[in-house]
Amino acid sequence: MTTHGWFADTAVRDADAAADAVRNGHADAPENWPAAAVEDGVVDDADEYYDRLRDATRAATRAAVRERERADDQQLVHAVRTIADLSDAANEVAERAVEWARTLFDGVDDGIAGARDVAGRSANSPTEERAIALCERATGLADERDRAQGFVETHAPTVAPNLSMLAGPVLAARLIALAGGLDDLAKLPSGTVQVLGAEDALFAHLRGHAPSPKHGVIYTHEYVRGTHPDQRGSAARALAGKLTIAARVDHYSGDRRPDLEAELDARMERIRARETE
Amino acid sequence: MSLPAGVQRRSFGDEDGVLATRGEPAYGEPVVDGWRRWDAHRSKLGATFELGLDTGLSGGDAVLYLGAANGTTVSHVADFAGPTYAVEFAPRPVTDLLAVADSRERLFPLLKDARAPETYAHVVESGVDAIVQDVATRGQADVALSNRQFLADDGRLVAALKARSEDVTADPAAVFEDLLGRLSDGYEVRATARMEPFHEDHLAVVATPR
Repeated sequence: MTTHGWFADTAVRDADAAADAVRNGHADAPENWPAAAVEDGVVDDADEYYDRLRDATRAATRAAVRERERADDQQLVHAVRTIADLSDAANEVAERAVEWARTLFDGVDDGIAGARDVAGRSANSPTEERAIALCERATGLADERDRAQGFVETHAPTVAPNLSMLAGPVLAARLIALAGGLDDLAKLPSGTVQVLGAEDALFAHLRGHAPSPKHGVIYTHEYVRGTHPDQRGSAARALAGKLTIAARVDHYSGDRRPDLEAELDARMERIRARETE
Repeated sequence: MSLPAGVQRRSFGDEDGVLATRGEPAYGEPVVDGWRRWDAHRSKLGATFELGLDTGLSGGDAVLYLGAANGTTVSHVADFAGPTYAVEFAPRPVTDLLAVADSRERLFPLLKDARAPETYAHVVESGVDAIVQDVATRGQADVALSNRQFLADDGRLVAALKARSEDVTADPAAVFEDLLGRLSDGYEVRATARMEPFHEDHLAVVATPR
């Protein structure tokens, strides 16, 4: 049970402490704080209370805004590219490590699971020591990839709340990385967002010897992958349209627009209804 | 219906009877003789006055404003009200809100989530005269109910409910009926009005705590 106002436990005259209390404090229920502050002798009267409150709320809110905006898209871009690099590296090292470990131990599984299994063992020879150490490296790379993924999952919703809401944090971050940043993504036409990540197929098409790609990385979205192939192009186009709007809202206004999700759901329901006709 | 002290109908050019408040201009609105035009098409609270609802707001009221956005409406509220707590969740609009607060002595900007009142109950005083609510999220009735603890027994909830925030596919009338039903858990609804032509698919609501 917390029954203290923002001015309790801090010298209210210490501006930093007061701002911090406004930002990070909480209470189960409000009280008549101006009266309580006067009663506690923290301030002389309500006017002084409101003057202090004004300084504290403005400082707290300014700091909170700055921090939220620093969670910037470029950190997300680095994390997404890190995930891709670490995935490749972890698999490659694990493949080599497991191949080596199999000459020394029985029943080693393929890939990172096999490396993880060997990594815990104790070595009985210099050879085993090397193979086990390599398995530990592969495991460590895979763990770091998972941590980078965790970082993306928690940070993407801060950087791009609406895009993350519609696309999921990982796909949102991949789109931002492919475009080069949230501001770049916000400037792309929907048709380009639709095929981001399918550049090879797109240029093969433009050279004239392939059909146009229907989707790029947005294929990983359930609304594309889970839609019947006949309707997948429509689904990809509709999804890309909403993702484009979401990216623009995130970049230019920062508001939350829960409507977008409901609109996308409604649109997808109509597209998917076609396949049963 | 009567306007709160500090809100007047003024003439702007060839337009008469336009809502206005006195204060520093905040967003490029026209100002005549120190009175700032309050455009009902840009402000849901402004539209609520234009629709003739008795909001029960008075000059000097303590107000908790939920969904302050970039401070367009809040700037007018702070002009006529007393201590005004402005809660907004999105950081970018709050940058504008901070600028609005610079010239208003009793406007307290808070970057907080209106769905989590425990994160600002240590700052916002109890017994406020009015809660003005304009939050475009799902669960608008829950926001009103969970913030009721701030309201004086004789206080007012003045809300703009947005149908599309709850369900884009449903008929707005059905959404409003559902929202009002849930509001009645904690409030007695005194008056409602659809906000067309000022704002589409919005319902203005004035309610008192039960």
